[in-house]
Amino acid sequence: MKKNWPLWEVFVRSKNGLEHRHFGSLHAVDAEMALENARDVYTRRNEGVSIWVVESKHITASNPEHNGELFEPAQDKVYRHPTFYNLPDEIKHM
Amino acid sequence: MSEEQIKNLEEQFEARIVRDDKIEPKDWMPEKYRQTHIRQISQHAHSEIVGMLPEGNWITRAPSLRRKVALLAKVQDEGGHGLYLYSAAETLGISRDEMFEQLHSGKAKYSSIFNYPALTWADMGAIGWLVDGAAIINQVALCGTSYGPYARAMVRICKEESFHQRQGYEIMLKLSEGAQEQKDMAQDALNRFWWPSLMMFGPKDDESPHTAQSMKWKLKRKTNDDLRQQFIDQTVPQAELIGLTIPDPDLKWNEEKKGYDFGPIDWDEFWQVVKGHGPCNKERMKARVNAWEEGTWVRDAAMSYAEKQQKRKEKQAV
Repeated sequence: MKKNWPLWEVFVRSKNGLEHRHFGSLHAVDAEMALENARDVYTRRNEGVSIWVVESKHITASNPEHNGELFEPAQDKVYRHPTFYNLPDEIKHM
Repeated sequence: MSEEQIKNLEEQFEARIVRDDKIEPKDWMPEKYRQTHIRQISQHAHSEIVGMLPEGNWITRAPSLRRKVALLAKVQDEGGHGLYLYSAAETLGISRDEMFEQLHSGKAKYSSIFNYPALTWADMGAIGWLVDGAAIINQVALCGTSYGPYARAMVRICKEESFHQRQGYEIMLKLSEGAQEQKDMAQDALNRFWWPSLMMFGPKDDESPHTAQSMKWKLKRKTNDDLRQQFIDQTVPQAELIGLTIPDPDLKWNEEKKGYDFGPIDWDEFWQVVKGHGPCNKERMKARVNAWEEGTWVRDAAMSYAEKQQKRKEKQAV
């Protein structure tokens, strides 16, 4: 019976000190092959020092249709930003 | 969803594109946008993969180790570019297998340029210089396209492709500095690849059915004719510099438009090749279908092995 190779998401740390970033995806039969393929597909020019792979089906993504209730509540909370507070100009280092 | 609601969503969608918002995979999009993108991105991916064939054919016959490693790396890049693009198309809900099926059945097209044969080593030069040169012009224009995964793939591809064109031009440069036979070989390659390269930009604007919609969705940022003109204007001086002659008796600098005028393109040839009657259409398709069919047992075996390993691990954990 024919089974398709599962899809994996690839995250690469381009150098130490930076976070892993999503680079793309690929098909592989298991994690080991996904890592090897990720190396060949996404780091042919020294783009990375570390790779994470995770099977795409394990990622839970928010639904853009719910962006309103998820993200809009943050918009009117200006008091979470330093510029909300009025201080005299003479104040330094704050 | 009611018609009213869909119309509303479509209006919001068009507004997002106008203000240069990127569209991401899970966002709502009109069905036509999805289908157009699946078609263009998958055909772009197929072009990369089929494009490996004419050059792969010359790897074992590269004239030096320097040329061989460069050509190998270029062909490997093309495989990688195909994979970036297939992944981008998959985010729109089509599977990798469906795309291969469309390629193998002839339903999906790929760039016609790869239906021309690579007869001599100089063709490796002409392909890198002209074909990749034309591809870069098309692709740079696509880096700002509205569909996020496609735009990101394009940025990565453009970064990697500039070496492709340079290695091609270097091959032509060396040949043009060589013996008369080498110069003739370079000129012959230019003669054969010049017109098909111009055709890579697609039909003239007034005969291109998708241009208007594609411009609106920023799937195209410049028209076919504009890109073709840009290619000609940048390539003619490069040919002159290495003493090669563009095979177009009507080619002439036009001071008024600050660009070259050029002779008529043989669109009958273009449509013949698109319809499957080019010199290598059958050969290319046969190579792809064979690779897919003869690889079936490998893909199946790898999958079975992975499943067996997984089961063994689960057993040990108990």
